[in-house]
Amino acid sequence: MNLDLHAPVRADPALRDPLARRRLGLAVAALVLLWPLLRLAEFNPATLADPANLQVMATFLGGFLPPATGREFLGELLTATLQTLAMATAGMALAFVVAVPLAFASTRVLSLAAIGPAAGAWRGRAWRQAVRAFMVFLRAVPEVVWALMFVRAVGLGPAAGVLALAITYGGMLAKVYSEILESVDARPARALLEAGSGRVAALCFGLLPLAAQELASYTVYRWECAVRAAVIMGFVGAGGLGQLMDQSLKMLSGGEVSSIALVFLGLVMLADAISHGLRRVLA
Amino acid sequence: MNAPHGRRALGALSVGAILLAVGASFAYLALDFRALFTGDGPHEMARFVRAFFPADLGGAFLRQVGLGALQTFAVSVLGTLLAVVGGAALALPAAGRFGRLPKWLARFVLNGLRSMPELVWAALMVLAAGLGPFAGTLALALHTTGVLGRLFAESLENAPRTPELSLRDLGAGAVASFAYATLPLVAPQCLGYALYRWEMNIRMATILGFVGGGGLGQMLYFNLSLLQQPQAATELLGMAGLVLIVDAISGAARKALSAHAG
Repeated sequence: MNLDLHAPVRADPALRDPLARRRLGLAVAALVLLWPLLRLAEFNPATLADPANLQVMATFLGGFLPPATGREFLGELLTATLQTLAMATAGMALAFVVAVPLAFASTRVLSLAAIGPAAGAWRGRAWRQAVRAFMVFLRAVPEVVWALMFVRAVGLGPAAGVLALAITYGGMLAKVYSEILESVDARPARALLEAGSGRVAALCFGLLPLAAQELASYTVYRWECAVRAAVIMGFVGAGGLGQLMDQSLKMLSGGEVSSIALVFLGLVMLADAISHGLRRVLA
Repeated sequence: MNAPHGRRALGALSVGAILLAVGASFAYLALDFRALFTGDGPHEMARFVRAFFPADLGGAFLRQVGLGALQTFAVSVLGTLLAVVGGAALALPAAGRFGRLPKWLARFVLNGLRSMPELVWAALMVLAAGLGPFAGTLALALHTTGVLGRLFAESLENAPRTPELSLRDLGAGAVASFAYATLPLVAPQCLGYALYRWEMNIRMATILGFVGGGGLGQMLYFNLSLLQQPQAATELLGMAGLVLIVDAISGAARKALSAHAG
């Protein structure tokens, strides 16, 4: 048989994609569904080419170089950077304080009813469900929205950001902590509970030795996220780099924006490196 | 004996450093939450919170919130879809398919897109495209392109090459070999990444409104600025509902995807 390896395969109609028609149909259906979304989002690439907009953009981007390096501005930048870092760290510390009791209360493994019939088991279950619902509530609203509300409540500045982080990250940490605690081998804790130990002792000597590494590593990873979040929260008035960036953007001061962006990149990389190092040490 | 000892010292040292950092942070920010719990503080807080109740559930306003929610939903979907397209386009060169120079260039672009937070992109896009949801869509698309492009490129690099190479050896064209050998291998994972990012983007889409990106966020920012808490409460409920709905859709899609793949 003479097989020509170089003959174009797709020329043979028998070798066409048997699903081609169905795929095309699906693609068309998707586009039809997409149309109202495009309308809702006021999707209009032509605005990008609008001369007035282009003019603003060009002047603004032209100002990016060189980055601003005025002495006074650099001082402000340093304060803002420290503020952002401190905001993330203090927020995480409070979130930890919020999360530990919530995680403890919502972990099923530590329930006395889990080891056998206990008086008032339903009460424990209802209690756990209530705590879980509360955790969902803490997480459901994004941290920036919390920050926006706290700015109204406690005024402009990092305090609002710290409180917002404490609430959302508290809910998030609590959820993940209890997931981690439930994912490790439950037998040591169970044995302790069956032998009559208290729930705190069962947590400390039954679960924590197994889960500590993962808990620590997740907490450090969350701190890294908190640094990013702290920057973003500044945009709604919670202080730090974000607030400085917001001001510079509003004044269309390209040089300042590019300096802040550079510092922000550096900060994220630094947080990344610290988090990586800490996780290696704690692991 | 020596090594664990050193490790323990290092661990203790880092725990000490963490405690120190926490203490320094509280001191630096001069946080004083005592005002929240003493004197007029609790009273003020309670009044602030109470002003959110009851939420404004008037028909006309509810319709407005519904429209805002739909707009936010549209921004999140379109932003993610554009990012899937852009990410896929950049992932091919970033996975080294077109040689070394395009690889470095694509990676550089992806890193740049990714490292700017969405909110900064949104502020820039408001300048480039004017206030409104279109700016929000572009901002989400730019940042997410950076994230998805990198993830797609990684899946492409990790996919086995043999199916594609054997199709090439049989004489199939480059595009056909990619589309019928490599694409089916990486598509489920890439779709999973895209769905996961969509879940994050619905949250982001609400926030982008704060800097002029339209939707529920813009309404919330407006109402909170005017101290119209009942309206803000409705919008907060709308946001939470939207997030839960998208999480449910995405979760179901991911489950279907893994059942299909597995």
